[in-house]
Amino acid sequence: MNSIRKRDLAMLIFGLILYGAIQGMISEKIIGSFWQLNIILICVNVIMAVSLNLINGYTGQFSLGHAGFMAVGAYVGVVATVNFQLPLIAALILGALCAGALGFLIGLPTLRLRGDYLAIATLGLGEIIRIVIMNIEYVGGAAGFKGIPHLTNFTWVFFTMLFTLFFIKNFVNSSHGRACIAIRENEIAAEAMGVNTTKYKVMAFTIGAAFAGIAGGLFAHQFYLISPNSFTFLSSFNYLIMVVLGGMGSITGSIAGAFVVTFISAALASFPEARMIIYALALILLMFYRPQGLFGYMEVTNFAPIKKLLDKISGNKGV
Amino acid sequence: MDFFHQLIQQLINGVSLGSIYALIALGYTMIYGIIKLINFAHGDIYMVGAYLGFFGVTAAGLPILPALLISMFVTGCLGMVVEKLAYKPLRHAPRISILITAIGVSFFLEYTGMYFVTPTPRTFPDVMGNISFDVAGFIINGQQVLIFAITIILMALLTYIVQKTKLGKAMRAASFDTETAQLMGVDSDKVISMTFFIGSSLAAAAGVLVGVYYNTIDPLMGIMPGLKAFVAAVLGGIGILPGAVVGGIILGVIEALVAGFLSSTFRDAAAFAILILVLLVKPSGLFGKNTNEKV
Repeated sequence: MNSIRKRDLAMLIFGLILYGAIQGMISEKIIGSFWQLNIILICVNVIMAVSLNLINGYTGQFSLGHAGFMAVGAYVGVVATVNFQLPLIAALILGALCAGALGFLIGLPTLRLRGDYLAIATLGLGEIIRIVIMNIEYVGGAAGFKGIPHLTNFTWVFFTMLFTLFFIKNFVNSSHGRACIAIRENEIAAEAMGVNTTKYKVMAFTIGAAFAGIAGGLFAHQFYLISPNSFTFLSSFNYLIMVVLGGMGSITGSIAGAFVVTFISAALASFPEARMIIYALALILLMFYRPQGLFGYMEVTNFAPIKKLLDKISGNKGV
Repeated sequence: MDFFHQLIQQLINGVSLGSIYALIALGYTMIYGIIKLINFAHGDIYMVGAYLGFFGVTAAGLPILPALLISMFVTGCLGMVVEKLAYKPLRHAPRISILITAIGVSFFLEYTGMYFVTPTPRTFPDVMGNISFDVAGFIINGQQVLIFAITIILMALLTYIVQKTKLGKAMRAASFDTETAQLMGVDSDKVISMTFFIGSSLAAAAGVLVGVYYNTIDPLMGIMPGLKAFVAAVLGGIGILPGAVVGGIILGVIEALVAGFLSSTFRDAAAFAILILVLLVKPSGLFGKNTNEKV
């Protein structure tokens, strides 16, 4: 086992301890149902933010349509469980496959565009997905899909989140991930160095879309009803805020961003206008004073004391 | 004959809606042309214009034209202030930073607006009365006449400013190449400021006209027209003024036809579908020239 794997193991153990602590507090009723819902939302939002970060932060392709893929995952998932009585895991996998396939089909032509144009095109595509769903009577149309069984619980979202984090982390640290980062840094230079830019852009977009689909499936099975209005471009902006706040190109940042944004939304739930004004000002001030976000490209495992601690743990526990 | 009659009627509606998109798209395209920024807040500037016009007509009791002019002036100033406070400090920052700032400004205007005027939609007073003209069996109402008249006047004025005045020359120079224009003595900050003023006041005019046309305004009314006006600007070729007008009118007509003959729920989808088609087939737009990318 090399040291990277050992460090992964240490993070996994940390994750399990965190899971045990929160699950314990939930079963002991220390965490009430309101915060339990918000913890689940934080996990779903972490999946959304990390997968969007793969597209926006690591590959540098500014996508504004992430909620559209979430909608696909959510609707495919609920059709699978309600109309075909499949288990949740099958619903999540189907949702991921459909969202990923759509991401691939959409990504192939649109990722030729750059910067602002790509942003608007993905925003438009996200809206088209929503409007199309709104016009499909089979899934309830504009009124939404009712009678979804409550299958999501903390265990599901936490382990799916953990899986997402490890998947994206390993992808980013692989040669594919380095190709994506090269595209972000300079697309023309990357192409000149022999990176197949289209392939890697589409790859990142497809993976991001697939994980958004999983998040959508988890999200849908938390509530009795989902409607196309849960997936407008405003929610895409919401995920973007998480990514930008945390740092485009940092997984730790996305986790922090998802946590902070969900927490603030929950705390200010009764003042929706104030919440949005705070978001807006935070976004503008962030761009002025810290455009790289809270973490920039840094990961929590890069901070010296934590790195040391992890090495120590993995040194003791490994092999 | 009935189909033909309905087609012409939808075309009239489409052109009036399209004129409004054209007015907003002009501002988009001017601002994009000069600082290469998709001003996401432009749609919300238009919303502010609509509210100022509304308060001008209701609270101040002004007739529609003075209310329109005041709204245009104040909103123009707001556009300049937004540029000074939010975009100018980021002039040399990466494009993505400015784009995110623009999204932030857009949220700020929407929800500050909502805070002050409440989210409830307001009914715009009927300023035109119940006038309508019957032209060979086709109905054109007073609102539509007002929209056509104001749009044509404003476009003529804009063409005059851009083509014949010193400011217009400076604007054209700065949008062609900001740095070179600066070397030739163009005060680019001032030109950018004036571009925001003109663009925002055109958006305000569109906002007031929409209020008159649809009779209802609300704080989030700017989101969709803002995005669609961007589609119009891209369709015509971004940075090109006649392109924005043609793009706006084409978009309005297509939307009216989709709403009239298919289903009104597909209206918004049609606009975005056009955008994606244009971007894939001819990203420089109808009037644009292809440019090569330089390393």
